[in-house]
Amino acid sequence: MAGSNPNAKPMNLTLKVWRQPNRQTEGQIVDYKVNDISPDMSFLEMLDVLNEDLLRKGQDPVAFDHDCREGICGSCDLFINGRSHGPEKGTTTCQLHMRKFSDGDTITIEPWRANAFPVNKDLSVDRSAFDRIIQAGGYVSVNTGGTPDGNEIPIPKEISDRAFEAATCIGCGACVAACKNASAMLFVSAKVSQLALLPQGQVERETRVENMVAQMDIEGFGACTNIGSCAAECPVGISLENIAILNREFLTAKATSNHLA
Amino acid sequence: MVLNSKAPEGPLAEKWDKHKFNVKLVNPANKRKYDVIVVGTGLAGAAAAASLAELGYNVKAFTYHDSPRRAHSIAAQGGINAAKNYQNDGDSVFRLFYDTIKGGDYRAREANVYRLAQVSVSIIDQCVAQGVPFAREYGGLLANRSFGGAQVSRTFYARGQTGQQLLLGAYSALSRQIAYGKVKMYTRSELLDVVVVDGQARGIVTRNLITGEVQTHAGHAVVLATGGYGNVFYLSTNAMYCNASAAWRAHKKGAYFANPCFTQIHPTCIPVSGEYQSKLTLMSESLRNDGRVWVPKTKEIAERVRSGELKPQDIQEDDRDYFLERKYPAFGNLVPRDVASRNAKQMCDEGKGVGSTGLAVYLDFADVIKRTSAEAVSQKYGNLFEMYQKITDENPYERPMRIYPAVHYTMGGLWVDYNLQTTIPGLYATGECNFSDHGANRLGASALMQGLADGYFVIPATIGDQLAATPPKPVTTDHPAFAEAKAGVQARVEQLLSIKGNRTPDEFHKKLGNLMWEYCGMARNAEGLRYAKAEIAKLRKEFWQDVKVVGSGEEMNQALEKAGRVADFLELGELMVDDALDRNESCGGHFREEYATEEGEALRRDDEYAYVAAWEYMGDNQPERLNKEELVFENVKLTQRSYK
Amino acid sequence: MNWFTKTFTSSIGRKIIMSLTGLFLCTFLVVHLVGNLQLFKHDDGVAFNTYSHFMGTNPVIRTIEWGLVLGFGFHIYEALMLTRRNKGARSHGYTQWEAKQNSEWTSRNMGILGSIILVFLIVHLYNFFWRARFGTIDPDINHNDDLYSLVVSSFHQWWYVILYVAAQASLGYHLWHGFRSGFQTLGLNHRKYMPLIKNFGYAFAVIVSAGFASMPLYFLLFTNEKGALVSSAPAVLHQLVLAFN
Repeated sequence: MAGSNPNAKPMNLTLKVWRQPNRQTEGQIVDYKVNDISPDMSFLEMLDVLNEDLLRKGQDPVAFDHDCREGICGSCDLFINGRSHGPEKGTTTCQLHMRKFSDGDTITIEPWRANAFPVNKDLSVDRSAFDRIIQAGGYVSVNTGGTPDGNEIPIPKEISDRAFEAATCIGCGACVAACKNASAMLFVSAKVSQLALLPQGQVERETRVENMVAQMDIEGFGACTNIGSCAAECPVGISLENIAILNREFLTAKATSNHLA
Repeated sequence: MVLNSKAPEGPLAEKWDKHKFNVKLVNPANKRKYDVIVVGTGLAGAAAAASLAELGYNVKAFTYHDSPRRAHSIAAQGGINAAKNYQNDGDSVFRLFYDTIKGGDYRAREANVYRLAQVSVSIIDQCVAQGVPFAREYGGLLANRSFGGAQVSRTFYARGQTGQQLLLGAYSALSRQIAYGKVKMYTRSELLDVVVVDGQARGIVTRNLITGEVQTHAGHAVVLATGGYGNVFYLSTNAMYCNASAAWRAHKKGAYFANPCFTQIHPTCIPVSGEYQSKLTLMSESLRNDGRVWVPKTKEIAERVRSGELKPQDIQEDDRDYFLERKYPAFGNLVPRDVASRNAKQMCDEGKGVGSTGLAVYLDFADVIKRTSAEAVSQKYGNLFEMYQKITDENPYERPMRIYPAVHYTMGGLWVDYNLQTTIPGLYATGECNFSDHGANRLGASALMQGLADGYFVIPATIGDQLAATPPKPVTTDHPAFAEAKAGVQARVEQLLSIKGNRTPDEFHKKLGNLMWEYCGMARNAEGLRYAKAEIAKLRKEFWQDVKVVGSGEEMNQALEKAGRVADFLELGELMVDDALDRNESCGGHFREEYATEEGEALRRDDEYAYVAAWEYMGDNQPERLNKEELVFENVKLTQRSYK
Repeated sequence: MNWFTKTFTSSIGRKIIMSLTGLFLCTFLVVHLVGNLQLFKHDDGVAFNTYSHFMGTNPVIRTIEWGLVLGFGFHIYEALMLTRRNKGARSHGYTQWEAKQNSEWTSRNMGILGSIILVFLIVHLYNFFWRARFGTIDPDINHNDDLYSLVVSSFHQWWYVILYVAAQASLGYHLWHGFRSGFQTLGLNHRKYMPLIKNFGYAFAVIVSAGFASMPLYFLLFTNEKGALVSSAPAVLHQLVLAFN
């Protein structure tokens, strides 16, 4: 096959997979064997093999979230061998390839664990808390139409690039999953700093950070203690600097905004 | 039925303004009395839902994803076109219109395409105002790059993640309306039927993918923004969940399906590496700005490369064939996608392909790295190079990329008039879900443009025309049509679960995909198409006898979801073949081997086929009826496309 | 709740209090360390006792002392509140957890380190502060409380020295993370200055903890019960003592 390393031998693996029928029922780890796994497969293609096998045997396939398989939609969310998206740095589960594992390995696969991310089934979790945080203020309140020309406000390239880097967050939740405190600060900070950096975000700068942080707390995420696991495990490399920006924005907003409540 | 596009009369440049003046308006106080259902929350859907809510309509938005931020619009890499002429390189609304019509091989509707070019300008302004961090020059103004099929630089971009940034912009606008309570958002809800009451679209039936609950929802109008059907081919650059079910259910309820055979094969994708392959990954067209496409000059050298004896970097310049530059000196590596794909296939068919399967050509960056630096290349394409290396384990800075064409986009879709209304009154289709703007081939960076144009600017203006004629009385799901549709959906779920056969939905899907790729892919001929038609019919029959789904309908059941989608693909696939058989010409993405020039280029037959083929569903296992919308070109001269 | 309580009971607000109190306590550490360096003066504790007397009686210092109490109090209280919140954010843990691959041990164990420091603090306060302030200690030749002799004798008890050194190690690790973390929480993370802050924090952690730990070790290993260098002490110490006196 094109691209495959002729020396790469197919692998046999043991999978320890979290199985849980639904939110209400307690789950458990179940062991499965998968054989003849090509090192060129993606991790999810390996799970496809397992699922096809289970289905043929009349057993319930393992539910997991995935969609684009290009590392951009943020759907996939597996906790592999004790780490968000597995062992490879800067990589989503769907872009993790089996060549990172060896024949005979045992691989533990669990869902994201956080009370704010309840399990739907097996490895699929509910991340709607993230949506509600964005709904609390992660936008610029402009209606469609009537906006000024795109070149009306020049933005220094460096500022624009930094805003872009923060904006590349894919909302997968790896930060929360990896954090000892199940904190969502990296996610929240990415959006807050993107909009705080850009001129378009200035108008609602104070309310945005106040409301988003309030919603983050309501959702039951933990508080950041600057451990840094989030940024280390983030598949798109969102930097801890964003959390500092969030803290600064929050402090400034609270100290200077006119909101008494 | 005579299809009336309802495109306004008059000069091209005045049509849209004139039309906006002529459509009926719903007064602001009445807007809140209308419920609009929007299905799909990609660029078109999120933009439409947000914009309609801003106008005052009550919107119910649906997505099968866990969040509206995940639609596959997010994966678009290269950029979005707009006729801003910021580069002072001679661009204009008319040029964008012209390029799009020509790029689409003269099979799109003039009025729609011109409108698209007109509103493209506002899209950029809108997105910048939302805080979309487009690439900028050092002076702080927006940057542009060039894309296939155009000789001006009009593509706005955000590194290799333009789709993501635009979708997150639309998602933020949608989130704001959800917070205001103007949009009620239903996630993990898949459309399984459209409800038509007295000839009017009045609602939908959905299945909650977590609980399995089948629900009905009523509205005064239904907007579909459910994307394309490229996954008919099993392997494509589409996301895993992308499917045709929403459009197909609408079709079976009376919406005509237009030009289903117009599918786009993207020239630069990472080649298939094995049987287990679940999807294909695109390498952005923008790479062709700097990368040079080539194959070894002779079969003998290619053979040595395939066996691993020779490395591509060691092949002498004289032994390489930069076939696009050789054949199309004017556009070179930047010819439109269909042309680039077909040429790559031709090279591989001639035995000059590379990679161990021989189904790949090289995309080489050695020259640009030498001319500038590896760092400069990384600045532009870093994330794409990284992705390539993750997937293939090869370093594209040192060794040329291997690429091969793959199914990417479907130009065909639900037939819509100038208002984006389907043949079912009250049912609209936007974005890739409709057929309207790209003809037989879409130019790069135009999908994002069309999705956002439809969502932000067209639908909000045109939907009022229908609603103003509808009394502002509340709609409910009380009508028997709802119960009937719901029962139909439930029966189908039960049927899929009760077959208890031996083959998984994926097995059927793969088989269908192989047939489609082989006989209705990059090159088609009548014989192959007839064969495929018979095989698909057989496969469909087998499916309903032998598919295997376990579990129940009252839980999260991904195999059940998949089975339902495959069942629809099996019907749509046959229609695509029918359409390809009907169209006895080559145009854009539709290349019939019988209709080629002596040089092997596509041979269009304008005298007979300058029409939109809109297929009408006539009942289960009945042949569909062809309705034609004649395409009238008043502003461009139909010529054989030349990129030489 | 009004905006003020709302701010400081939010997750970030509590962190800000942690940071402000933590950095304030760092300044206390500097003063305490510099003052305690008097212990090394070879004058039978006269300088040290004078300094202790000043610290125990000066009205400004006595006022600041209350700030110190509040600083410790809030630092500990907020730590408890945050820990409770953070534990509650994940009630179902992972079966496999490889945090060591993505973060430092100190950063994940500030609570444990802080608890060790707290235990030490109680013992330390009881032994020196409480007795000096509320107990009776024999006067030295200047009629100041002879705290020096108490320190020297305490530092000749091996268990006390072990506790002291262990606590200083914990303090070192606590500061290793805490110093830069304090700046990060206040939003003071800038690509130009963060490397400086980080490295300063590391140096601060090492110097402060080593400085405090050197005192009990010095007395236990190199002095007699009166605080005079024993002859077996390394020559370099004899040289230093001569040079400074």
